[in-house]
Amino acid sequence: MSEETKKMMYINRKAPYGTIYAWESLEVVLIGAAFEQDVSLAFMDDGVFQLTKGQDTKGIGMKNFSPTYSALGDYEVNKIYVEKESLEERGLTLDDLQHLVWEDEDEDYAEKDSIRLVSRAELADVLAGQDVLFNF
Amino acid sequence: MAMLHLVNKSPYDACSLNTAATIMKKGDQLLLIEDGVYGAIKNGKAAGVLKGLNISVLGPDLAARGISKDKLLDGVSIIDYAGFVDLVEANDNVQSWL
Repeated sequence: MSEETKKMMYINRKAPYGTIYAWESLEVVLIGAAFEQDVSLAFMDDGVFQLTKGQDTKGIGMKNFSPTYSALGDYEVNKIYVEKESLEERGLTLDDLQHLVWEDEDEDYAEKDSIRLVSRAELADVLAGQDVLFNF
Repeated sequence: MAMLHLVNKSPYDACSLNTAATIMKKGDQLLLIEDGVYGAIKNGKAAGVLKGLNISVLGPDLAARGISKDKLLDGVSIIDYAGFVDLVEANDNVQSWL
């Protein structure tokens, strides 16, 4: 087994509930988080819809998995890139998304934002720096 | 002969909303369900094709996706499952743009 830490990015491009991709991605991220890799998430295209706040699935008989995103910080998954162009094209702003935070133990557990709003060009740079890409 | 048009895909992922909106005739109705509800977001790019159409959105699908009423185009009706049945019954035919 290699001790080397890899930069792994999960790219989420599908809306939640219409397909199973969003939920499956979240499951894989949480499993992967146990292996102490350098994990980051990207939400682009319809993937930005996964992070909307106030999701209530009672009326459609499906599990509401959106509260789980707020647990990512506890698994040291705190680099969550949201693409600005995708959000704007869909008539959403950062205010429509959940406020995701993590606690920085090096700074007396100061609460910090996990979401980084980035342009497509900035996301391209982040992608270019990854070792492994997972697509959902 | 009035027709009810159903769209269940996100307009940012499929072209079905655009097809439905441009083929609809006067007196037809459009119902957005599942990921189709994203098409009714007022400030979204896809909403442009919906101008002047008679549009309903399925409320439970909207709530599941965290899209509140104030984000929708003006004039869009939010209906429940019983309202869905009423629309099917009120039209002569139903076309699902899968």
